Amino acid sequence: MSRWLPFEWIAAIRFLREGRMQTLFIITGIAIGVGVIVFMSALLTGLQANFIKRVLTSQPQIQLIPLDQIARPLRNAPGVFENASVQRPSQRVISVDQWQKVRDRMQSMPEITAISPTMAGSALAIRGAASRAITISGIEPTSYFTIVRIPDYVVAGVPRLNSQDIIIGTELAKDLGATVNDKLNVQAATGTPVVLTVTAVLDLGNKAVNERNTYVALRTAQSLLGIIGGVTTVDLTVKDIYAAETLAKRIEGSNAVEADSWIATNAQFFTAVQAQKTSNTMIRLFVALSVAFGIAAVLVVSVIQRSKDIGILRAMGASRGQVLRVFLIQGGVLGFVGAIAGSVLGAGGLMYWHSAMRQADGSELFPLMLERDLFIATALLATATGLVAAMVPAIRAAKLDPVVAIRG
Amino acid sequence: MDDPVLRLDRICKAYNVGLPSETKVLHDVDLTLKRGEFLALMGPSGSGKSTLLNIIGLLDRPTSGHLFIKGQDTALLNDAALTRLRGHTIGFVFQDHHLISAFTAVENVLMPLLVDAEFAGPDIVQKANALMARVGLAKVADNRAMNMSGGQQQRVAIARALAMSPDLLLADEPTGNLDTQSAGGVFDLMREVNRESGTTILMVTHNLDLAKRCDRIVDVVDGRITA
Repeated sequence: MSRWLPFEWIAAIRFLREGRMQTLFIITGIAIGVGVIVFMSALLTGLQANFIKRVLTSQPQIQLIPLDQIARPLRNAPGVFENASVQRPSQRVISVDQWQKVRDRMQSMPEITAISPTMAGSALAIRGAASRAITISGIEPTSYFTIVRIPDYVVAGVPRLNSQDIIIGTELAKDLGATVNDKLNVQAATGTPVVLTVTAVLDLGNKAVNERNTYVALRTAQSLLGIIGGVTTVDLTVKDIYAAETLAKRIEGSNAVEADSWIATNAQFFTAVQAQKTSNTMIRLFVALSVAFGIAAVLVVSVIQRSKDIGILRAMGASRGQVLRVFLIQGGVLGFVGAIAGSVLGAGGLMYWHSAMRQADGSELFPLMLERDLFIATALLATATGLVAAMVPAIRAAKLDPVVAIRG
Repeated sequence: MDDPVLRLDRICKAYNVGLPSETKVLHDVDLTLKRGEFLALMGPSGSGKSTLLNIIGLLDRPTSGHLFIKGQDTALLNDAALTRLRGHTIGFVFQDHHLISAFTAVENVLMPLLVDAEFAGPDIVQKANALMARVGLAKVADNRAMNMSGGQQQRVAIARALAMSPDLLLADEPTGNLDTQSAGGVFDLMREVNRESGTTILMVTHNLDLAKRCDRIVDVVDGRITA
């Protein structure tokens, strides 16, 4: 017998070892439960991270745009209202009011990680007899590329944007029969037409987007669209993407802009993410509950089976507290060992699933995210569940009257 | 120490007190055990022997009367203090040995020393092994208790009862389930312990031959001590 262990631990471990079948079955049960939690959590984290990465590397997390232009009825005198029918004015392309100041204010906010002013508008791309309607985004490459990772989507050429350059999508390139180093004639309703050189062709993963989206230097867009020195949006990325909406509201409160967060513009996606999180929490909760009841059931039976042993231990001088701890430790050990077995099971299942399930193009369906924190949290949760579940049986054991227990 | 190891003063025990089914099991029992005495407690089944033994062993409380262990009135002690006094002073040997099956023989002997931090020390394993040797079971010390013969199990139980060097050893029909030869061996062992260590022993038995070999015989009949 190991002398370095306190009595409670020796007794708990010996009792577990003697009830081999019970112990084995309950640990298997816990392991399956924990395995499901690990598998589901890691899978959902992976899928979610994948979705978010896809959504958030191709668009800013908050966009600042000019306030809507509205028409107000005129009043003749205080208290006198005209029964005017007010039409909504057409929305001209206008610049964000004093956008440099807005940008400076954004720079001072610690929650914001990247800021990029953009001049966007519609134009016509013409090459020979072919012409296509396009969306022009005038950007500052260094800051914009940290928000939307344009270089990641390049299929041909290099993502260079000097004043005479343009980056176009694959579909537009196909429609216009253009490729890298070819020249395009670009013309907007206002402003000056320009001739631009294609430096890169992008695949943004969406046909419509590949047909329309083009990128030019900010100054080129300003002169092309006839708004010199102006920007139509200020794009932001933030530290905590889930706080984007509240941050957007704060920005709206203190600046003369409309702030659209990715949460508001992708409401559907965000609802899906929330639903996944909720369902994951529910799964965890119910698995933890069934694990807890399993442990409690096994220990209740064990207390009954061992009532004689408990009586003898009490007669030998063991205190109620010691008997209580013997059973609490059993619960904790069951939870902990089950959690380790379950983590191995869940991680193994995930690795198998990850290698077996591939997308049509052979790339991974979801990134394999086996985070250390998940395993630590699961082990702690399972151990705590074991301890809590052991509470009722342990108290019952501690309350046993030694005389009655020994007599059986 | 002039106090007797054990003194019972008008001990009464009744069950279902205050109910129509109230049963009195013990009536004004007076009994004194001097240090080093080996006493046999005899009496027919249902006479209250076991109840008396449980009260003496601090496993049960009397309805009235006082129980003194080494001069200390146990009526004044709470549950934790009783557990501690029991753990330090009283060793038990039961009729049905009551070894813990999850442990090996020597671990059963070690148990009373492990449950109390005051006994903890690097030498307790040696002490347990020495006790196993003393009861003649050094060779099978690491066997599971369940894999031993009845006589061997009872010897392990005696070794366990002696582990914390008790002042008083309570034996409830220790030879009741054994054949004559094993019973004689177990009794001889207890007699030897009594002589060599001066341990006071109170043994409940139905075996008149063994009882006659004790220092004194006390008969319990209908909850009263008659001789």
